[in-house]
Amino acid sequence: MAKRVLIVDSERCVGCQLCMYACARRWGEGGIAKSMIYIRSLGGIERGFAVIICRACEDPPCARVCPVDAISRREGGGVSIDPHKCIGCGLCIETCPFGAIIWDEESSKARVCNYCGYCVRYCPHGVLRFVEVEEVVT
Amino acid sequence: MNPGDPLPRVLYIDLEKKRSWVEERKDLFEKYLGGAGVAIHLLEEECPKGVDPLDPQNPIVFAVGPLVGLFPYASKTVAMFKSPLTGNLGESHAGGRSATSIRLAGYGAIVIRGGSERPVYVAIHGDKVFFRDASALWGMRSAYAVGRVIREREPGAGVRAIIRIGRAGEKLVRYACAITETYRHFGRLGLGAVFGCKKLKAIVVSGKRSLPVSNPKKYREVYDEIFELGVRSELMKKYHDLGTAANVLPLNEMKALPTRNLSSSSFEKAEALSGEELARNFLGRRVACTHCPTGCIHLAALREPYPDEPYFYKTVMITYDYEPIYALGTMLGMEDARGFLKLMDIVEDIGLDAMSTGVVLAWVTEALQRGLITLEDTAGIELRWGDYESYIKAVEAIVSQPNHFFEALAKGVDYASSHYGGEEFALAFGGNEMPGYHTGPACYIGYLTGARHSHLDSAGYSFDEKTKEFSPEEAGRALAREESWRQILSSLVVCFFARGVYRPALVSKALNAAGFELSEEELQKLGVEILRKKHAFKRREGYDPAKLRIPKRITEVEAPHGVITEEFVRKGVEAYFEELGLDV
Repeated sequence: MAKRVLIVDSERCVGCQLCMYACARRWGEGGIAKSMIYIRSLGGIERGFAVIICRACEDPPCARVCPVDAISRREGGGVSIDPHKCIGCGLCIETCPFGAIIWDEESSKARVCNYCGYCVRYCPHGVLRFVEVEEVVT
Repeated sequence: MNPGDPLPRVLYIDLEKKRSWVEERKDLFEKYLGGAGVAIHLLEEECPKGVDPLDPQNPIVFAVGPLVGLFPYASKTVAMFKSPLTGNLGESHAGGRSATSIRLAGYGAIVIRGGSERPVYVAIHGDKVFFRDASALWGMRSAYAVGRVIREREPGAGVRAIIRIGRAGEKLVRYACAITETYRHFGRLGLGAVFGCKKLKAIVVSGKRSLPVSNPKKYREVYDEIFELGVRSELMKKYHDLGTAANVLPLNEMKALPTRNLSSSSFEKAEALSGEELARNFLGRRVACTHCPTGCIHLAALREPYPDEPYFYKTVMITYDYEPIYALGTMLGMEDARGFLKLMDIVEDIGLDAMSTGVVLAWVTEALQRGLITLEDTAGIELRWGDYESYIKAVEAIVSQPNHFFEALAKGVDYASSHYGGEEFALAFGGNEMPGYHTGPACYIGYLTGARHSHLDSAGYSFDEKTKEFSPEEAGRALAREESWRQILSSLVVCFFARGVYRPALVSKALNAAGFELSEEELQKLGVEILRKKHAFKRREGYDPAKLRIPKRITEVEAPHGVITEEFVRKGVEAYFEELGLDV
């Protein structure tokens, strides 16, 4: 079964960004360059936060626009990006309405969540849950 | 330090020549870690001896540390400058997104030299530095609005800090603050006025780079240890639940809550200003500094009708913490939270330090009552305990300075009382208006000796609360040791609220992941060295512990240990310096 990170309630988010640091740490790094989840305020932190992460679409538009077939669909929803094929054109980033495909400035390539759920463990405020894709659809 | 770590990169910005460059300062970061340890050395290098603090030659240093971007709670930026309020060391810490933004933009410190002819703001996006004209932003009524304008105009949402001043900074009020992320402040000792004298309206910093770690597996282990302690133990619970406002009732109960200019140490209406009441009636949202799982920032939602039209409301979000509640609440006899919040809102919007402002206004109220000053001095404003509307008018006047009296108030309570009298109830220590603790002699020894004259320097209040009986020598020595250790925390730029998590052994382990080999003993020694360095700077600029003024008021109002005597406090001051090997 395919899993993904669900945003339970973005209003619970306090903007600590621990999820972003967790994602980068999962790749063996500090900082946030490799993070594939992104938190920013909705125009001032008093208004709350946007939580941006791939929702594992069943019919992902990003895969359709990739000119070099670097983005392959995952069974059950979601995608993976092959960094060796990716030419960094940025079309997928423009296509995703959530902005959930992240531009990695250090490699000049697109990156996307790989649905490991590591970030969920470090969200102290119950914003995120790691669930079956199916569970959300139904 | 790990190879490839950008920590030793210092960004120098010359506002006069509109030029910037980077210097590698491994010498400083390898030895002094970052934050306070590095900043005091950069300040000493950059600050001309005896310079007028409001001369643009007074530098501003921002420094972060090796654990930022790697571990939770390493979330503070240390700012250093020569203080326009005390005339010696200016050091102020703030969180928000400032520390991670500076570190992930690729710097360990930023040094700002000189002044601009015209108002300017500086935008730092990774390696790129832009000087943007800020003459249109200068004089804007609201510091909130300045933040909003820059937010719309600059990139980096989510990974940036916008450090700006309000009108108070432009008008060189000596306790003007610099605001970051709307609700966090480089509050104390007048950084806002130093920005103002340089015609620097704001600094935007953004960055999202990666940081190297030497051993990813070990790094994750230490990370989890810190995370678990922070999230699952009781260590951070107070800050997480009610926030620092949880202090109001316990301090009131023990008669340590300065009220109406410390004419009393308890407040009959404390309940109305308590963290519990504020949470029940106003708490609208809690937010966190970057990489802090605790989220102690409490925002009150204040819903107010417009008087000119029925069914027309606005809701503003106002941050509250213990210290502003004390300074703008109990010190001014504010009987309900709504009045306190309205006053807090204007103090924020105008860019003043809430603590100094409250203490200044409390002194004015008492001086007026006693006839030392007249309504002519106060430009007709009748300041009365609890009357928030009169205090709002007075805050405006501190910034607009319509007469000599308000010009004097803009220089702090020490200065104002030296001209108008009432020094015995002018509550400043070492030139800095007092924090909200009348817990006993140790807190005052701390205010007088602390390098920043802050309660957080050496936590005298905590020593008072935890120690049943003590001699001045015991207090002075304990405070010197505590302040020395805190130099390590503020060099790593770990939030002091997480001091229970970051005990020496864990600090040593965390530093290891960042590529530093330092034993607990070496850390303790380094702390003392950094503190002594700060005191050397203070003395270079005229701080003299033998000449400290102790307002009589603190000896007249009962404290939890009984009456405080000046002799006890002075002996404690001597013991503090003796412990550090310095003369009085």
